[in-house]
Amino acid sequence: MAQLDIDFCGIRSPNPFWLASAPPTDKAYNVERAFEAGWGGVVWKTLAEAGPPVVNVNGPRYGALLAVDRSLIGFNNIELITDRELEINLEEIRAIKRRWPDRAVIASIMVPCKEESWQAILPRVEDTGCDGIELNFGCPHGMSERGMGSAVGQVPEYIQMVTAWCKRYSRLPVIVKLTPNVTNIRMPARAAKAGGADAVSLINTINSIMGVDPETLTMSPAVGEQGTHGGYCGPAVKPIALHMVAEIARDPETAGLPISGIGGIGSWRDALDFIALGAGSVQVCTAAMVFGFKIVQEMINGLAGYMDRKGLASIAQLRGRAIGSVTDWQFLDLNRVSKAVINQDTCIQCGRCHIACEDTAHQAITAQRDGRRHFEVKEEECVGCNLCVNVCPVPGCITMRELAAGEIDRRTGRVVSDTRLQWTAHPNNPLRSGA
Amino acid sequence: MSEERRADIRPGRLPPQTYAARFADHVPPLTEAQALLEASRCLYCYDAPCMQACPTRIDVPSFIRRIAEGNVRGAAESILTSNPLGGMCARDCPTEVLCEQVCVRNTEQGLPVAIGRLQRYAVDGLMAGAHQRLFTRARPTGRRVAVVGAGPAGLACAHALARRGHSVALFDARPKPGGLNEYGIAAYKVAGGYAQREVQWLLEIGGIELQCGWRLASAAQLEALRREYDAVFLGLGLAQTYRLGIPGEGLEGVADAVEFISRLRQTPDLAALPVGRRVVVIGGGMTAIDAGVQTKLLGAESATIVYRRGEQQMPASRKEQDLARIQGVIILHWLAPVEVLGEGGSVRGVRFARQRLEDGRLVPAGEELTVEADMVLKAIGQRLEAGLPSECGLAQRDGRIVVDESGRTSVANVWAGGDCVADGEDLTVYAVAHGLRAAHDIDTQLRNVRARADG
Repeated sequence: MAQLDIDFCGIRSPNPFWLASAPPTDKAYNVERAFEAGWGGVVWKTLAEAGPPVVNVNGPRYGALLAVDRSLIGFNNIELITDRELEINLEEIRAIKRRWPDRAVIASIMVPCKEESWQAILPRVEDTGCDGIELNFGCPHGMSERGMGSAVGQVPEYIQMVTAWCKRYSRLPVIVKLTPNVTNIRMPARAAKAGGADAVSLINTINSIMGVDPETLTMSPAVGEQGTHGGYCGPAVKPIALHMVAEIARDPETAGLPISGIGGIGSWRDALDFIALGAGSVQVCTAAMVFGFKIVQEMINGLAGYMDRKGLASIAQLRGRAIGSVTDWQFLDLNRVSKAVINQDTCIQCGRCHIACEDTAHQAITAQRDGRRHFEVKEEECVGCNLCVNVCPVPGCITMRELAAGEIDRRTGRVVSDTRLQWTAHPNNPLRSGA
Repeated sequence: MSEERRADIRPGRLPPQTYAARFADHVPPLTEAQALLEASRCLYCYDAPCMQACPTRIDVPSFIRRIAEGNVRGAAESILTSNPLGGMCARDCPTEVLCEQVCVRNTEQGLPVAIGRLQRYAVDGLMAGAHQRLFTRARPTGRRVAVVGAGPAGLACAHALARRGHSVALFDARPKPGGLNEYGIAAYKVAGGYAQREVQWLLEIGGIELQCGWRLASAAQLEALRREYDAVFLGLGLAQTYRLGIPGEGLEGVADAVEFISRLRQTPDLAALPVGRRVVVIGGGMTAIDAGVQTKLLGAESATIVYRRGEQQMPASRKEQDLARIQGVIILHWLAPVEVLGEGGSVRGVRFARQRLEDGRLVPAGEELTVEADMVLKAIGQRLEAGLPSECGLAQRDGRIVVDESGRTSVANVWAGGDCVADGEDLTVYAVAHGLRAAHDIDTQLRNVRARADG
């Protein structure tokens, strides 16, 4: 049986599934229920400095992008960090950690970019007995207008500075939570490492507006007649998050830096993606907010079953296994040739592949044969783009067949080569090596 | 059965408050949530098979996509542009042998997209809204067309001609327009007075003058119409029913199923409608099913549909047969009526002869069977009014009017469509298609005539 327990930069938990710092981890009541359901850890809803608590809006905080069947594709929020007294949160963290010593309890923190603010809060957090701290440099709404959250995460120098303060004033592992609202995620990650971070976590939410009410022509979600951009998360953001995780994992300057993966994780398959691309733990929010805490049991069961099937004994054996498969375009092998193949036995004749290819791609799929409805790939036109595979409603009906070396590519008439050809050496590249 | 008896035919077999529920929509309308979910199953096929299967070529993927996008009015517009009686077709089309039969979801999931129910959702949505008007009548052309018969064919033709700016005189022999939609199909398929609701919507286009209670009964009348109008469209339907031609047909308790359904559709009080305790329906089409099911719904103890051929040959679709069975109707096959048995002038049963196929022909198999009955409904088909078409010089084939691919009859300036022509199946949707193609051809002809006159 595969072991799911992890040691993430010194923080141990019985499984890699943590609840992200968010509404589900706002208070002891929720966290208690989460641990009962089986979550391996929680990152407590972000703490603010002592004083009058943060104020939230008293109207819609959430908005969603729904499919026609109302399954949730994307989710957005304008909720701020905790709006409860610091002391209450600290007391609850202390009590929870005492009751659940085997689970990871991490405190998320967001205070102004002043050394004395961090110096003041860190000992109090450490005193709770929590396992680590996560620096919220990610929230893109509200707090960023006050110079915190993503306003810090967008300036590598600030990240490095604050991280260094935290390392100076606390013995706890420091996880720096990054915002995706930047042009190149490698820069903030490098800054975190330079500041001494023990790990990074990403992604926080993405700037977003969910839509416009067609009757009132008001953006949504709105508080009265106006709304503001929120932070976008949920299944739709996973590909963006995976890219950013992979970038940090394969950047020589940050390679090996522990990563806690966040963004659209709702199943063991999603978790697998993050772990294989370098994440040592994963954090979940939206799926819990849609389905409740029990969802973690399906994730644990699915991941353990997969690892057993693949003969993987531990998360460590899976972690990072796909990083080497991520590269730059210029290093892709241009001598590889694939062609789409439509399985006529499972084809239901909807014709989506044809019209997609005919209207928008390479006119490589027939609509008729002998006057009858028939969809078949014309190999002499097919560039292997994969569009038909993606629009086909039948799982496995259209597949890509890679031509073996020595076969003729009927589109180009050339024999498929068994040697690698990258753009860097391609004859059409004026800057090719040796040119 | 030796004692003196009369057939047990009487009204009010059920508690009065139960009738409304029994005759309510047998396929309930989709809720918004159901419609959105069902619409999401449509794959928006290329050159969609469902569209090809529809005699009126409704663009099914387009209207379903519009439902999914929350554009119900646009969905209705797409439907009604192709078929102005789309609301009725959504209710009474045998979709299981038309659009839904060829839906690609059958192959993949064993369950087609519920196209008919979605179509009803869209059209009902429009009808329930504040702005029901979709089409504007073109500038009046000054041309006048007579449309005889306000059934689906005539209504579709009249509406299409009116849209193009022609003036239409629409005649019908019955007190109300709608044809079989009003008088002929089962009440539970068109609950809530939908037939009249639809006619009202169609007439709102303007330029159509409806005259009910006018029957085309002579060649002289047709001649007068041809003189008075620029074109004539005949959507006569099939006004006569076939006789069994066996002894006992005149006994009390033997009636035409068509007549029975018509009375049922028009009665203000279903509890007042007499129905037999044991009913036998002879025939195998939709009318037989509609009659059998409705006698059961009226409280008949038993209803038995008897058809002379097998289940495969039955004109009623499989789905209709299943519906009847669910309602407790018994369907017997391979039995041809030999004699209606009576006692004291009333029917007491029907004697049938078992049939078998010999070189494709039905022949008696030797065995006979009697089914006891208090009421016998004949549903063995309808035909044109005898004599009239020939008198009018209309060429016929198999007892129906012959038309070309534009709906023209053999008589100049006379078009025809619907059940009265020898083309397509006896379904609302074919009648609509006939009416529309004739309207298109009439319009083309009238414009050409005018163009020549102007030139």
